[in-house]
Amino acid sequence: MKRFQGLALLAVIIALLPLALPNNYYYDVAIRIGMNATIVVGLNLLIGYAGQISLGHAGFFGLGAYASAILTARYGWPPLAAMLSGMAAVGVIAFVVARPILRLRGHYLAMATLGLGIIIYMVLANESAWTGGNDGINVQPFSLLGLTLTNERTWYWVTGAVLLGAITLANNIVDSPVGRALRAVHGSEIAAQVAGIDTARYKVRVFVVSAVFASAVGSMMAHYIGFITPQMSSFFHSIELVTMVVVGGMASTYGAVLGAAVLTMLPQLLTEFEGYEMIVFGLILMLTVIFLPRGLLPTIAARLRKTG
Amino acid sequence: MLSQTLQYLFSGLTNGAIYALSALGFSLIYNASGVINFAQGEFIMLGSVSAVMLTAAGVPLPLAILLAVLVVSLVGLLLEKLAIEPAGDADVVSLIIITIGASIFLQGVAQVLFGKGQRALAPFTGDAPIMIAGASLLPQSLWMIGTGAVIVLLLAWFFGRTRLGKAVLATAHNRLAARLVGINTRHVLALSFVLSAALGAIAGVVSAPITLTSYDVGIMVGLKGFVAATLGGLGSGVGAVVGGLILGLMEALAAGYISSAYKDAVPFVLIILILFFMPRGLFGARITERV
Repeated sequence: MKRFQGLALLAVIIALLPLALPNNYYYDVAIRIGMNATIVVGLNLLIGYAGQISLGHAGFFGLGAYASAILTARYGWPPLAAMLSGMAAVGVIAFVVARPILRLRGHYLAMATLGLGIIIYMVLANESAWTGGNDGINVQPFSLLGLTLTNERTWYWVTGAVLLGAITLANNIVDSPVGRALRAVHGSEIAAQVAGIDTARYKVRVFVVSAVFASAVGSMMAHYIGFITPQMSSFFHSIELVTMVVVGGMASTYGAVLGAAVLTMLPQLLTEFEGYEMIVFGLILMLTVIFLPRGLLPTIAARLRKTG
Repeated sequence: MLSQTLQYLFSGLTNGAIYALSALGFSLIYNASGVINFAQGEFIMLGSVSAVMLTAAGVPLPLAILLAVLVVSLVGLLLEKLAIEPAGDADVVSLIIITIGASIFLQGVAQVLFGKGQRALAPFTGDAPIMIAGASLLPQSLWMIGTGAVIVLLLAWFFGRTRLGKAVLATAHNRLAARLVGINTRHVLALSFVLSAALGAIAGVVSAPITLTSYDVGIMVGLKGFVAATLGGLGSGVGAVVGGLILGLMEALAAGYISSAYKDAVPFVLIILILFFMPRGLFGARITERV
């Protein structure tokens, strides 16, 4: 029963939140939080549970977005088919590069994934005949069976449902033999191998899953915003995603959601510090990681347990 | 044809010298602390930005360079004392985020002080190109390559011939054993950040007349320095220098003969291919992991 408590609580929050959202601007922030949270829940499987860093996941996010944009606009594909094809293509790409890349450890893995993300970014920025280059490209609204998703409120419910689905999937993976194998890899890869776990296979699987999550959200974001640029797949965006995992709390699915919420809202709040946003953002980033090394949610949970 | 290739070699060596200095900065800190300092590129940016601001305020160039290097070294020391030391034994991902936070912070400071525009430093000794076999070489390029070479020699002397240098090497090798023979490893850690910051500032100052400078110029140079350090094998001094020069040359040749649009992608394609076959870079130690 315990594993459904968190999910139920989040579902209630999502259901009641609209009562507190005065206008479309707040809906927009909530939607972006939900979308980022979906990616981060996937990325947390890789970073938090399996202990493998990736500094290139914005690349997969960008590939999903551009697959949707190009397939719908240029070839007239229905948005859902375009999104699924994007996910499949990203899955294949992630699968092919995962084995050689995930052999690397620590900083070498960071370097390789960082490189992968930057290469994807440069291809998206330079192949302007396809992608519109740095000027970006328009994306038509998402439609399915004649219904078109246009207003913020509909997108809010869709995003909420997708997030809950993603969390259910992630929780199932964590509680399955795959999840136990991943945690064993995080603890000690060699001990896991000695215990008979094919560590390479599990690492590849979770890498592919997290990449497909990012691609799916990339497609959603592209249709939602209606306009995309290569900046979506930039190094800085990859860093933002990893930061959401770390600030929220590694190996904590709901921590990932909290991290996404905090880091999506932060730039909105920082507009008050006009001109000083980068200084404040950098400071907050450093201070959180230095003083709450386990992340927000695990620290809060530990506090509550101590006092309660 | 020959003169064209020579031209690419010149430009490759010039950029390669900067990548090598940046890579040496990465290796120094990595050796002393195990941290990959993503703010390394910001040292380079701060060096060039402060030199430009000081000369604009009327400070003569040699003094401006000296002050810029001092200021940035102080920033390096503060970074280590205020952000890295308090983090203690945080894991790799956390340390990466801390240094990235520092990098964003420093960019923010530079943006406020320097503005968002691009500016250049005046060349040290004129800008009349020297012609060699049909290829032209800017005097500033000679300054960059020469400075790189002098610094590499100084570092080689420092690590090979001085007690302090050997203390740094000992700490890199085994921190606990170094402490047991009486080396203050905390000082070594601080020293490595100061040295890296100074290296970065020097690289920034000598390259500012050619590459222009702005608050966001550090990211790419920093990442390429990380590529160069990884290419050579993290922690290897020789590897950092060779990695930097290879990177500069490959980039210049690819820009000339293949595609200039993908010039910045060359280092990343190269590093992924190398890591596929040599997971610890060209000169990385082949270690056996103890369980």
